[in-house]
Amino acid sequence: MDFCYMPAHELHRRLAAREISAEELCRAVLERIETVGGKLGSFITVTGDLALEQARAVDKRIASGEEIPILAGIPVAVKDNMCTEGIRTTCGSRILHNFVPPYSAAVVEKILARGMVMVGKTNLDEFAMGSSNENSGFFPASNPWDVDRVPGGSSGGSAVAVAAGQAVVALGSDTGGSIRQPASLCGVVGMKPTYGAVSRYGLVAYASSLDQIGPISRDVTDCALMLNLIAGHDPRDSTSAPGDRPDYTAFLNREIKGLKVGVPKEYMGDGIDPGVRGVVNEALGVISSLGAEIGEASLPHSKYAIPAYYLIATAEASSNLARYDGVSYGYRAEDPGDVVDMYAKTRSRGFGTEVKRRIMLGTYALSAGYYDAYYLKALKVRTLIKRDFDRAFEKFDVLICPTSPTTAFRKGEKMDDPLQMYLSDITTISVNLAGIPGISVPAGFSGGLPVGMQIMGRPFAEGTVLQVAHAFEKNTGHHKKFPSL
Amino acid sequence: MAQYETVIGLEVHVELKTRTKIFCHSSTAFGGDPNTHVCPVCLGLPGVLPVLNREVLEYAVRVGLALNCKIAGFSKFDRKNYYYPDLPKNYQISQYDLPLAEHGYLNINVDGNVKRIGITRVHMEEDAGKLVHQGTISTTPYSLVDYNRTGVPLVEIVSEPDMRSPEEARAYLEKLKAVILYTGVSDCKMEEGSLRCDANVSVRPPGSHGFGTKTEIKNMNSFKALQRALHYEVERQIGILEEGGRIVQETRTWDEARGVTLSMRSKEQAHDYRYFPDPDLVPLVIDREWVEKIRASLPELPDQRKARYVKEYGIPEYDASVITATKEMADYFEQCLACYSNAKAVSNWVMGDLLRLLNARDMDITRCRVSPSRLAGMLRLIDGGTISGKIAKTVFEEMFETGRDPETIVREKGLVQISDEGAIAAVVDEVLAANRKVVDDFRAGKEKALGFLVGQVMKLTRGKANPEMVNKIIREKLK
Ligand SMILES: [Zn+2]
Repeated sequence: MDFCYMPAHELHRRLAAREISAEELCRAVLERIETVGGKLGSFITVTGDLALEQARAVDKRIASGEEIPILAGIPVAVKDNMCTEGIRTTCGSRILHNFVPPYSAAVVEKILARGMVMVGKTNLDEFAMGSSNENSGFFPASNPWDVDRVPGGSSGGSAVAVAAGQAVVALGSDTGGSIRQPASLCGVVGMKPTYGAVSRYGLVAYASSLDQIGPISRDVTDCALMLNLIAGHDPRDSTSAPGDRPDYTAFLNREIKGLKVGVPKEYMGDGIDPGVRGVVNEALGVISSLGAEIGEASLPHSKYAIPAYYLIATAEASSNLARYDGVSYGYRAEDPGDVVDMYAKTRSRGFGTEVKRRIMLGTYALSAGYYDAYYLKALKVRTLIKRDFDRAFEKFDVLICPTSPTTAFRKGEKMDDPLQMYLSDITTISVNLAGIPGISVPAGFSGGLPVGMQIMGRPFAEGTVLQVAHAFEKNTGHHKKFPSL
Repeated sequence: MAQYETVIGLEVHVELKTRTKIFCHSSTAFGGDPNTHVCPVCLGLPGVLPVLNREVLEYAVRVGLALNCKIAGFSKFDRKNYYYPDLPKNYQISQYDLPLAEHGYLNINVDGNVKRIGITRVHMEEDAGKLVHQGTISTTPYSLVDYNRTGVPLVEIVSEPDMRSPEEARAYLEKLKAVILYTGVSDCKMEEGSLRCDANVSVRPPGSHGFGTKTEIKNMNSFKALQRALHYEVERQIGILEEGGRIVQETRTWDEARGVTLSMRSKEQAHDYRYFPDPDLVPLVIDREWVEKIRASLPELPDQRKARYVKEYGIPEYDASVITATKEMADYFEQCLACYSNAKAVSNWVMGDLLRLLNARDMDITRCRVSPSRLAGMLRLIDGGTISGKIAKTVFEEMFETGRDPETIVREKGLVQISDEGAIAAVVDEVLAANRKVVDDFRAGKEKALGFLVGQVMKLTRGKANPEMVNKIIREKLK
């Protein structure tokens, strides 16, 4: 059996039993990156030497008789918008093509402290702005199930890496669906935790009030293990929730009998591809057969979610991305006149089209005379959307819908139509606006392509979400199918 | 020329002397090699997040309370977006529509009367870095950036447009500095930039209630510069109106060397700062009890101290306001009184010779070498008749220069007062014999002649004769 397709909890057992070494595992994964990496474009930077060093350190611990903690020695890929000390962090942008951070993100510190083996930094839509990975400033990533199709985005590289055996688990970031949608399109598990559950320290900001780091994995157990590792309060992030996090693995293997599952009617309607709808309905049948009570839910303001999102996210982005000016790091235009000219040339050449589009949108939304009509109005809509969820969660324990309205679409298909592209996140965006947890789990296939099912929960109820996801996974086998490459 | 009324409001920035910066752990120390007091957070590197230094909030509350403001129960931080190379994030974290403190006031003295100047608001923000040009900003081939100051905590204190002359503006700024120094949250050094002041200036015909078009004046780096710049600007505006022109709303900079204000940017070129709540920081919910605790811990402020001096020590109101102008001066005064009881004598010396010598050397009292106990010792030498008040001035100057004790100075320089009646009488005889004409004048009723004779005796004794005795002896001999 190929190690590269085993989940982390299974590999842990084999590492501990000395059936394989961390170095062997690392080499196998690096080889996958080498052989199919070019075709898939999943990595921007591969950190092979460092990974082998980390792997050998774990092997030493095992050899010395130490009982290594879970996830130690497991190859992990990190989205290239999380800072890694001494390792280039580009955010998929030419403007940061040469940026080497002097510090590591909180989550990176945690994975390294655990003894995880970081194999590289994964591709993404520039500054996490996009749903197809085609907005990468370097090269697009491809879907391992069909390389002519997109892997989704913005955490496309991380989802591809896990789906293609180039990493056992990965970290992604999710602002409007950027973990869940590529996980769905690549047939892996991806979770966006509650806003504030995981420290954002060191995550290069796209939209600060929406960004959240989460795991991408082969199965729900690995997702819970990774969440156990990365969640927690961090005094360096003012928006990090105080207090302890539960042991998320404690929610696995629990029955879901009697649990109330709501299906928001707004997310099962016309905008959803019939094939996708069919798969999700079938999945709901499985969940129902496990004893959960399924009913129709409603999120009446969800039709305003995309416009509200594209005002709030772009407004924050216009300010967050102002720092890329060529002054003290990153790309600087080669032929600046005065300082204003340097700003203009650096930013015109350093940023790609979509990033510039969003900066313009956000700048406009915050401008004098437009603020109330756009930004403030969007914040009000956000409150209404939150209330929709609060009401729905009075009746239901979790909500379930398709993660993405379609399966992976063809490259280039939506590049000329940003609005169509924005609609790919129609079912995921509200979750960010409301700040609640959401997971995408493989639910089946439509036209040979993976379909993801999204399970949403109350704030900080990741445990319940994982409970439902795990129950479903145990009774199906979709997560055990792998693309042939 | 018609009379115009001047209307001035000030925006004052004060650096808070917390140990670390407002949103990170870097040092706030002034100076230091460029870019040594920095970290990823204050450098605004990708991915960093700000965390409010609680000490900054406490210091800012102290300022708000000292300025009689209402402290908000709910406040937040906003981003002020603009591009400048000394601002690494290209936005400044500041406070926009929900400032920490509002609706305060500060009393100033105008021609012996108390005038109340309204404080609109006090809010917290982060300072920017510094650009280092090669030569001037317009000719430099390149500029370097020093981020040491980036993220140093500031409070901005905005006044109401309540001042009616450059002198009032200066009095307000001086009083504001005094109050803040009393609270201990800043060293308020204008020359180091820890106290900075911008002014909004307009003029209007007297009796009119509307405001004229205002200009904003920047770059005034001393009290004197503030006063000069405002005078210039008021004259400039009146000149334009007198010629039938219109004032343009704009930002102007004070050129100290040329003594003029120059246009920087017009209203049309003004920035749209696109303020919005900083999503990286959580709103502040400010606990009433905590605020009251801070209020209770505030030191006695200048106005309170002044009132106490008048009441407790019986010194004139004017003396009390001069002495309480700085906390250090007032502390010095009180330390003197701990070893010497005549408050009026102490205040005379502190306000007179001490202040004069300090000003002449541009020193503040913390660097004064005359310890309070030695000043008290000198006053006791006067009281005991060892030295005259006049000699004391010489002694004091020596004490000020060297810091030595007055007894030693008096002994070594032979400055002990001559109070021996026989010795003085001998000198008086000598003087009377040498000035027959003056003696006759005195006898003829010219009182002034006495002064001359006394002066001659003092001259011959090198000022050491007890002046009261000289007076007495001359009068007796010429009776
Ligand atoms: Zn710092």
